[in-house]
Amino acid sequence: MRLELSWIDYLIMIIYFIFVLGIGWFLRKFMKNANAFLEAGRSIPAWVAGLAFISTNLGALEVMGMTGSGMKYGMLTTHFYWIGAIPAMIFLALFMMPFYYGSKARSVPEFLKLRYDEKTRGLNAILFAVMTILASGISMYALAILMEKVLGWDFNLSLWVSALIVLGYTYLGGLSSAIYNEVLQFFIIVIGLLPLVFLSLKDVGGWSGLKESLAPLATANGYAPDTYTTTWKYAGEAASNPLGVEWFGILFGLGFVLSFGYWCTNFLIVQRAFAAESKSAARKVPLIGALPKMFIPFLIIVPGIIALVLFNDPGKGFDLPLDAGGKPIYDYTIIMLLKQYLPAGVLGLGITALLASFMSGMAGNVSAFNTVWTYDIYQSYIRKRTGNEEADGKHYLNVGRISTVAGVLLSIASAYIASKFGNIMDFLQTIFSMINAPLFAVIFLGMFWKRTTGHAAFTGLLLGFLMALLHHGLTVPEGATTLVKGGWIASLYTYPVEMAQNFWTAIIAFAVSTSVTVGLTVVTKQQKTDAELYGLVYSLTPRTLKEEGPWYYRPLGLAIIVGVICVILSILFW
Amino acid sequence: MVDIRIPIGLMFTILGVLITIFGFTTMNNGEMYIKSLGINVNIIMGILMLIFGLIMLFLTRKKKAA
Repeated sequence: MRLELSWIDYLIMIIYFIFVLGIGWFLRKFMKNANAFLEAGRSIPAWVAGLAFISTNLGALEVMGMTGSGMKYGMLTTHFYWIGAIPAMIFLALFMMPFYYGSKARSVPEFLKLRYDEKTRGLNAILFAVMTILASGISMYALAILMEKVLGWDFNLSLWVSALIVLGYTYLGGLSSAIYNEVLQFFIIVIGLLPLVFLSLKDVGGWSGLKESLAPLATANGYAPDTYTTTWKYAGEAASNPLGVEWFGILFGLGFVLSFGYWCTNFLIVQRAFAAESKSAARKVPLIGALPKMFIPFLIIVPGIIALVLFNDPGKGFDLPLDAGGKPIYDYTIIMLLKQYLPAGVLGLGITALLASFMSGMAGNVSAFNTVWTYDIYQSYIRKRTGNEEADGKHYLNVGRISTVAGVLLSIASAYIASKFGNIMDFLQTIFSMINAPLFAVIFLGMFWKRTTGHAAFTGLLLGFLMALLHHGLTVPEGATTLVKGGWIASLYTYPVEMAQNFWTAIIAFAVSTSVTVGLTVVTKQQKTDAELYGLVYSLTPRTLKEEGPWYYRPLGLAIIVGVICVILSILFW
Repeated sequence: MVDIRIPIGLMFTILGVLITIFGFTTMNNGEMYIKSLGINVNIIMGILMLIFGLIMLFLTRKKKAA
């Protein structure tokens, strides 16, 4: 499965590295205080922040994982995009962004502090900081192992070089540099993977040829012939589609709880909108990001589906490594497809696209980590603001820089832990994925119900998380061989597939934290006055925001365009 | 602060020229392009990237004049 690169491929990569570092170098002179470094001075145009928003999400794990999922589940994977992202992005833009941006909070934990209290902020800040480092370590490990196995690059070398390049440009230019580079990386990812889409589709005879070749495979697996090329048609019953989840689980678990939890509360993502130049721009950021997001399935999922055809046709000579059980290792799908179709030249571009996706994800993690660390942990608990704004700005700039270095080093450390104890890391990642759903419940209630109290929010957040953990400890997916997958307390219930277990874990976390927060709000006293909640809660904020420009470039107009395109896509591939 | 279209435009223009030239020099290397179904994808992608890069650069020009 070795793939040899030639000089031109390396040259393309080096040119890309020079530009990425060059952007950081150019921006370094603007980094005069913490505000410029950690918040990009709130000066980023909407379209730049919007593309960065989607680029951060398009990390290495997303590209590798979604191509692999395309091979596993076919077009049903698009549920992670059309139903599992777009509605949440529209909601974030129209309903939540005015309060996030208007509150002047510099991070999601800080919003919790303004809306609720210190303990709610502290809990969220610490969990978020740990989760971010873990996520960036895991993606770093995943990429380095891929490069080692396929390209023969030394594991340590690719780990350190890729991490140091990210460190280089985020250290120099802070969040601005991360954002500007994410835009560049977005274009490299799209253009680098484009030839793969066209060549692989041409090879299988276009979309109709693909459908024909997939029909016997679907039938052999016990599904209807067009299962792999449809999205909702076989979602009536869990057993009749490869995802193993029925329409309710998809709609509520993925489309509501998981997706709203991720898109509306994950600071890594919303930080890009916080950096926008105005409230109106901030509202447009998720919508501008949603436009390309809807089409990313064609870039990474469709080639994954084609890989399923190639894998079952020995004549194609498609090479995909197998695990001990004889099953394909899905993470390798994307790089093996690049190997299959791309000659020297565009191959270098494709590999650069993979590196760019890794960097955009990791820079997102690092720039979110340093902000939460500096503002929500260091400034709140270690050294408070003094009142001398200029000296403070310099001091926290240094702290921001040091925590950028620390964040990268900790990510590298967690990548090594992942390489030694992969199971523990999978387990930790599963656990930390449980913090988003309760967080959405708490933030949502806070924004739309002025009565919600800090004690209730804190307890709701904590109990939602603990109940999700308990659910994970008491249930297992079918065929689980390790306790990482669940059932580490006892196994009371067996889910047919892991996906169903994940969805239900999130649904339970959300339901528990919502009911606990609502219940306790009724019996506890609101500590905040209406004046303190001004701008943070829907009913206490006057709607004076005037939107300018043509209708299609206002938040509502954009939201309608995004919504209509999303519905059309869903119907076309129903 | 900085117009990101300048570095994007520059990078794609440089890569576009490079890949196009590489595509022309390998035009008679049929073996190399068996993978890509006999299509010289380097020339096609190179030209596309060059056009994209130039459009990006052009857009920054227009803004400055205004």
